[in-house]
Amino acid sequence: MNQGYLSVRNLSKRFGKQAALQEIELDINKHEFICLLGPSGCGKTTLLRIIAGLEKADQGQLTIAGRDITREPAGKRNFGMMFQSYALFPNLTVAENIAYGLSNRLSKSQIADRVDELLGLVELDEQRNKVPSQLSGGQQQRVALARALALSPDCLLLDEPLSALDAKVRIKLRREILRLHEKFGMTTIMVTHDQEEALTMADRIVVMNQARIIQIGTPKEVYEKPNCPFVADFIGAISFIETEKQESALLAIRPEHVQLVRGDQDKSNRAIVRDYEYHGAYYRVLVQLLDSQDHPMQQFVTIDLPSQTMANFNVKKNQKLMFNLPPEHVIRFDSTASIAVG
Amino acid sequence: MNLWLKRIRPDSNALSQNLIILIMTLVLTVTILLPLGELAIKAVSNPDGQFIGLANFAKYFSTPALVTSLWNSIKVSSITTVIAVTLGFGFAFALERSAIRGKSFFRAVGLLPLFAPSMLHGLALIYLFGNQGLISTGFFGRFPEVRIDLYGPIGIIMSEVLYTFPQAFLMLSVALMSSDYRLYEAAETLGASKWRKFWTVTIPGTKFAILSSIFVCFVMSFTDFGAPKVVGGQYNVLATDLFKQVIGQQNMQMGAAVGVLLLIPAVLSFVIDRIAQRKQNGFLSAKSSPYRIEANKLRDGMLFLLCLVLSVAILCIILVAIYGSLVKVWPYNLEISLSNYDFSNFASQGSNPFVNSLVISLCTAVIGTIVTFLFAYLIEKSRGYRILRASAYLLSMLPLALPGLVLGLVYVFFFNNPNQPLNGLYGTIWIVIICNIVHFYSVSFLTMTSSLKKLDSEFEAASESMNVPWYRTLLRVTVPMSFPAILEIALYFFINSMVTVSAIIFLYTPDLKPASVAIVNMEDSGDIAPAAAMSVLIILTNLIVRVVVMGVTKPLRRRTEALLVRKQL
Ligand SMILES: Nc1ncnc2c1ncn2[C@@H]1O[C@H](COP(=O)(O)OP(=O)(O)OP(=O)(O)O)[C@@H](O)[C@H]1O
Ligand SMILES: [Mg+2]
Repeated sequence: MNQGYLSVRNLSKRFGKQAALQEIELDINKHEFICLLGPSGCGKTTLLRIIAGLEKADQGQLTIAGRDITREPAGKRNFGMMFQSYALFPNLTVAENIAYGLSNRLSKSQIADRVDELLGLVELDEQRNKVPSQLSGGQQQRVALARALALSPDCLLLDEPLSALDAKVRIKLRREILRLHEKFGMTTIMVTHDQEEALTMADRIVVMNQARIIQIGTPKEVYEKPNCPFVADFIGAISFIETEKQESALLAIRPEHVQLVRGDQDKSNRAIVRDYEYHGAYYRVLVQLLDSQDHPMQQFVTIDLPSQTMANFNVKKNQKLMFNLPPEHVIRFDSTASIAVG
Repeated sequence: MNLWLKRIRPDSNALSQNLIILIMTLVLTVTILLPLGELAIKAVSNPDGQFIGLANFAKYFSTPALVTSLWNSIKVSSITTVIAVTLGFGFAFALERSAIRGKSFFRAVGLLPLFAPSMLHGLALIYLFGNQGLISTGFFGRFPEVRIDLYGPIGIIMSEVLYTFPQAFLMLSVALMSSDYRLYEAAETLGASKWRKFWTVTIPGTKFAILSSIFVCFVMSFTDFGAPKVVGGQYNVLATDLFKQVIGQQNMQMGAAVGVLLLIPAVLSFVIDRIAQRKQNGFLSAKSSPYRIEANKLRDGMLFLLCLVLSVAILCIILVAIYGSLVKVWPYNLEISLSNYDFSNFASQGSNPFVNSLVISLCTAVIGTIVTFLFAYLIEKSRGYRILRASAYLLSMLPLALPGLVLGLVYVFFFNNPNQPLNGLYGTIWIVIICNIVHFYSVSFLTMTSSLKKLDSEFEAASESMNVPWYRTLLRVTVPMSFPAILEIALYFFINSMVTVSAIIFLYTPDLKPASVAIVNMEDSGDIAPAAAMSVLIILTNLIVRVVVMGVTKPLRRRTEALLVRKQL
């Protein structure tokens, strides 16, 4: 693999006995938007803080544009960091917070111009003289973003920037972050444990679990071709089916890819409806598979059905139905490794 | 500070901080750890410095007079503890768990003794129950005489109760304030009676606080010097023994042995308190709901009476001390005058003790606050030298287990030694200031630490990633945001330095005698009225300083607290 703009080599970190990161290898291209995705405690924040220089790795190497920065202090790296708690200084106004890192580098008038520019970018002109406690969560988040951008960083590091916000504000700010990412032409690494956020925003997703990187790929790749049951299960909904025909192979299918069929086709799977939930645009139906003698097996599949199909097939509880698994959408795992999500 | 730090090494964050951590550890070691070591060594050696095992203790326990004072100390402290904790619990219960009127008045009066030197209580008791006292003489013959045997255990206990009661009250009211009302509701639905609820919910919920207030009160009276000095008469206790051994007979080794004995309950109390803190925290969860007070006329009536009696007693003591200090010649000339406030006749050695105390307390407050803040900040917020910081934290807790008397003693041992590089400090005002700072350091340190914990732990990381030096964020953000806590510890240092006597009685310099020591000396030579006058001056100063400082800074404190409000959500 050729070396990326920002490259992490063989990085490990432990806290006492506990491994927080193990043998991390990661290459990030310039201008890329990367999401670090994984369950709680898998080491995302630790990796981000090591990249920022706020934490020391036990071993491994970090380079940017070929330059080794493993030992460089955080302040020299020219990375902008935005913290999960925002870490806005509560006694300073919005403008003072944004100007905080500038005061040693620029003249007074240059700072004023820069602050004006950033306030405009995040649309907080009116709020410039307020203190953080007078702002809403979304506004605080934008101040934190503006402060991280103030020094025109090469890399922007975001630790769960949206997790404290409610759903509506979140979607608006997702676009805002993407807009600023494009405008500044930065390389951005964002930590999240919200898979939807990762799928919609990232150029590439880095899926982590238990201190390791499990898969790196575009959103489409990790969604459609997860390399292990963990990734398949962690991103989106999925059903696992153990087949009798092919031993030790595990098949998986996304609920929206299951096709209901009518009539008695030999190849179709037979199942009985156990439960369903209304999701607005579609119904999510849980069915239990039946064997050739129509006895229920300990195998369940979820199927997403548009309301229209639901009515057409007259789906009710305890009703039998038949479905096909389109081969192009069936995901196959060779070993029946653990499918548990950490 | 900026410039100085820059010169050490330009913009090297970690280095400058680590250097200060090193200095901090060194300072804590020299002012706390090494002096304590000196005590341990002295206790097991003879005057020539040879190791003699436990011979000093053996000698102590074979000297009948000394053993008697040990027993006296235990007896007096036990009785004091029972009374003070019971009254403190009643008072706290009344203020936290009942609907009586006048709560803020009672609270203020209950805490009043904290502002007075402990000798004031003894002096007031003399004015009430002494040979010529108001009550003993039936208000100079107007009523029947009521004579009690003040000089001895009774006087000491009365005076110690006044001294320890506010502590018990404070600790217990914190515990009663933070209870989980859901437990009471659960007991209610199970049909528990009021008494049953009290014994099965209230007492277990506060048992750790009760236990630790028992220990604190015991240690306070066990190691107090002021009260037995003033009203002890011929009744010897450990604290006065220590003074006699060290100052009177210059018997340092025996003094060290007594010091170790004094230290035992204090260390025990320290351990219990640490455990209690941990357990008490576990008792409350985030879901706890605050206590709701039910109406109950009988309970409120009885508790109101209790508060009233206690408050009247405390106010009487202070008013009598003021009256006594204003009377010209008790009991022959009851004319009111300020002649007793002219100290030039009594503490004649040059400088005015009151002014000395002001200077000492101001220096203690300013230096102590800066040092405490810096240490708490480094231990809580910096990232270098994990092990050094952990040990600095432990050292910072240690003075909690050091009674003032023992602290003064170990300072004499440690600094009054010509081979000591720091010997130059001995006999200056600085040793008194350092001793005061160490004496009151732990409590301030804990206050400061818990205030710093409320600030976002990422401030330092944020400024580091913006390449802003740590001390700039410290000065621009952390200090302003910690302002209320800084003020609180500054006042704590000041007020306690004004009233304390136990530690500095070993260390003061005759030409810069502090007011509290002057009280002891004047009382010793029979000048009761000027001693009372000095005590009154101290309590007045403390009250005025507190009221003025809190009043002036109110808007600023309000504003700072408002900045933090949202963060809790
Ligand atoms: N300073 C520390 N000291 C000790 N252990 C730590 C420290 N920081 C993190 N850890 C541990 O390292 C592991 C990884 O933590 P990290 O904060 O990187 O997880 P995360 O993926 O960001 O989780 P979350 O999604 O909950 O934020 C966790 O098990 C955590 O307990
Ligand atoms: Mg995290």
